[in-house]
Amino acid sequence: MNEVTNMESNVDSPAADDSLEDLPKSLHVNDLSLFYGDAQALANVTMDIVKQKVTAFIGPSGCGKSTLLRCFNRMNDLIDDVHISGRIEFDGYDIHDESVDVATLRRKIGMVFQRPNPFPKSIYENVAYGLRIQGEDSKAVLDERVEWALKSAALWDEVKDRLKESALGLSGGQQQRLVIARAVAIKPSVLLLDEPASALDPISTLKIEELIDQLKNDYTIVIVTHNMQQAARVSDYTAFLYLGELVEFDDTDTIFKNPKEKRTEDYITGRYG
Amino acid sequence: MNGLRQFVRQWFASGEPWIWMNAAAVGISITAVIGILGLIAVKGLAHFWPADITLIEYVDEQDQPQQIYGELVELDALPVSQFLEAGGPAAWVAPDQEVTERWLVKTGNRRINPPDFRFIYVGQIKQISSPPGVFAVERIEWGNAYGQAQSLTVGRESPQRVNPQDIEATLVERVARANEIRGQIDEIEGGVLNRINYELERLRLEARGLSLQGLESSARMTEIDATRAELQAEYAIHEADLRKLYEQLDQDTLVLGTADGRTLEIDLADVLHTWQPNDMSTLAKLGHYTSAIWRFLSEDPREANTEGGIFPAIFGTILMVLLMSVMVTPFGVIAAVYLREYAKQGPFVRVIRIAVNNLAGVPSIVYGVFGLGFFVYFLGGNLDRLFYPEALPAPTFGTPGLVWASLTLALLTVPVVIVSTEEGLTRIPRSLREGSLALGATQAETLFKVILPMASPAILTGVILAVARAAGEVAPLMLVGVVKLAPTLPLDGNFPFLHLDRKFMHLGFHIYDVGFQSPNVDAARPLVYATALLLVIIIVALNLTAINLRSRLERRYRGVES
Repeated sequence: MNEVTNMESNVDSPAADDSLEDLPKSLHVNDLSLFYGDAQALANVTMDIVKQKVTAFIGPSGCGKSTLLRCFNRMNDLIDDVHISGRIEFDGYDIHDESVDVATLRRKIGMVFQRPNPFPKSIYENVAYGLRIQGEDSKAVLDERVEWALKSAALWDEVKDRLKESALGLSGGQQQRLVIARAVAIKPSVLLLDEPASALDPISTLKIEELIDQLKNDYTIVIVTHNMQQAARVSDYTAFLYLGELVEFDDTDTIFKNPKEKRTEDYITGRYG
Repeated sequence: MNGLRQFVRQWFASGEPWIWMNAAAVGISITAVIGILGLIAVKGLAHFWPADITLIEYVDEQDQPQQIYGELVELDALPVSQFLEAGGPAAWVAPDQEVTERWLVKTGNRRINPPDFRFIYVGQIKQISSPPGVFAVERIEWGNAYGQAQSLTVGRESPQRVNPQDIEATLVERVARANEIRGQIDEIEGGVLNRINYELERLRLEARGLSLQGLESSARMTEIDATRAELQAEYAIHEADLRKLYEQLDQDTLVLGTADGRTLEIDLADVLHTWQPNDMSTLAKLGHYTSAIWRFLSEDPREANTEGGIFPAIFGTILMVLLMSVMVTPFGVIAAVYLREYAKQGPFVRVIRIAVNNLAGVPSIVYGVFGLGFFVYFLGGNLDRLFYPEALPAPTFGTPGLVWASLTLALLTVPVVIVSTEEGLTRIPRSLREGSLALGATQAETLFKVILPMASPAILTGVILAVARAAGEVAPLMLVGVVKLAPTLPLDGNFPFLHLDRKFMHLGFHIYDVGFQSPNVDAARPLVYATALLLVIIIVALNLTAINLRSRLERRYRGVES
């Protein structure tokens, strides 16, 4: 129903007509390079992420797309021996600035991982986790927000009668929607999705894709995917990365129908990857 | 020949010899465990059964006929040659015999007829019978007495002899009365007098403290004197009550006739319990057996620990282990969290980890010496100088005590907790940490809300191992707080209730003390087994509690670790 219109609007989205520069930006990446020890994982990436659109990162394994995604909420800080140069701006400030509190940054830029990772707590407590961290204790507020987040993640109807049960009893697809609800519950402005459907069966994958389509009305979404059909279906913009380099970045239609770079075309037509 | 080699090779290749060896190893281990437990259980539990009091008629070395009452404890055999070499009379063995047997007999009546255990050779014995009506009397001192009741005198001012046919019933009644009065005496002595003494001692120390500060004429000093006078008046009242009770207690006398025709006068004030095993039904014996075990578990020891119960030792062991767990768990967990979560992994941390692992291998007596030198003398001595100068030169914390024993054992077991906590922390999937951090949690919030709860089964594994090791440890305790007989429990009704400075009794040390330091080895031996059985049961119970808790936690987190 809803998703059909969304899918259609995708085809003739305004992005297809407007140029990238004129739209409001959420993230601005400028000359970003990243090294793991001596190995370079990202080389001089420069790009903009448009507000309330879906941006997809595609590319063969090891091309740096997940690494780039994890730069946005500074998840790479956790890895020893990482060296980053260049700038990432979020809402106009440098996220690597010393005055930036990483925890606050991550509240604004939520993330969902490849494998569903619910905490070994109840469904309710999983969704309420981020709020409790922020010091929210009021039961009324938590109840309301948990319901809202679960509805946003299209999971409410399936779990409303067993909120107190362990989240580990849910199926893989439900767990992935639960962690999306968990990320949504703290109302971030950006959602980073790191191959969110790669560990799921086709039906669950479809549900996640429908969900992304709904969520983009309220959030800026960046999705890493292996699956090019998925990128074509859900995204407004697509970036193709290869060996740490941003090869091409444009609106999705252009990338898939009329790529400028030969490497992009080769990858999309399945000549490597 | 070739065929055989082929067969052997195939047999080895099939893995069957391994399976047999593994099964044999498991079988031997299980047999050993069951054997140990069975031995201590049988030897320990049999002690409480009310054995018949037999009348043994035998001839002594001078070939004179003798009679004696006694419980047959044990029959053992020894070679005739050894018996003869030791100067045993040849008349007691038959010419063709190679082994002769002898009974260990508990004859009681230690006061008139020592010793209370003796060997009687089967060859000496003319007849063994179980005459009805023989009394066994358990006394506060001098062990058991055995004999026929000859007379019972009741009352002190105007003594009355009880009719012979009423002796049994009257005896039961008067012993119960004596026990009741003794209970009242204990209540006063252990309760109110104990409290008054404790408060007087505190006042004395406070007064001394004030005079050390040169405040002899302060208002507080007058208050102290007033309170002291009040307490002493109160003491005098209770002391008068006590004197009356003692008078009431000391009323009745029982005269027992022994098998060799002598008499034994027993004040009922000294009697705890009388029974007539030869006339008891199995059901009555079972009742006696249960109450004997209960008294063993619930009473204080008497007569250099060879009689009475072991309650203070049970209490001390459990309290010490609990205190140790309370100390070791946070300490070990904090250390492990730092090593695994915060410290930068590198050669230095690796060296520390190896050092921690090796600490677990240091002999426990070394920890005892360290505890004595550092905790007791250094820490305790300085605590005394700083906070208890009024008690000096008598030490408060500068002497072995409960807190130092618990700390020493905590130190001894902390490597175990660190190692298993670290293992638990390593097993928590990275994705869960990232999930929490990605929601805006700090590392500390992630640690407390996600990681530590999930590592709790591993932490408990560490605590289980620590408890198992600490509860059975004896050597270091002898240096830092355990005593043969503690006059008071470390937990009582006097503020601050838990007295960490007190010395305490411990089952492990109790076994050593009763078994090897006891003046009456034969009386103590069954208690060694019973105490050992109890120690095992307590350790198993403590462990089962922790294991139960752990499996609950594991159920909660099942399916996360992948």
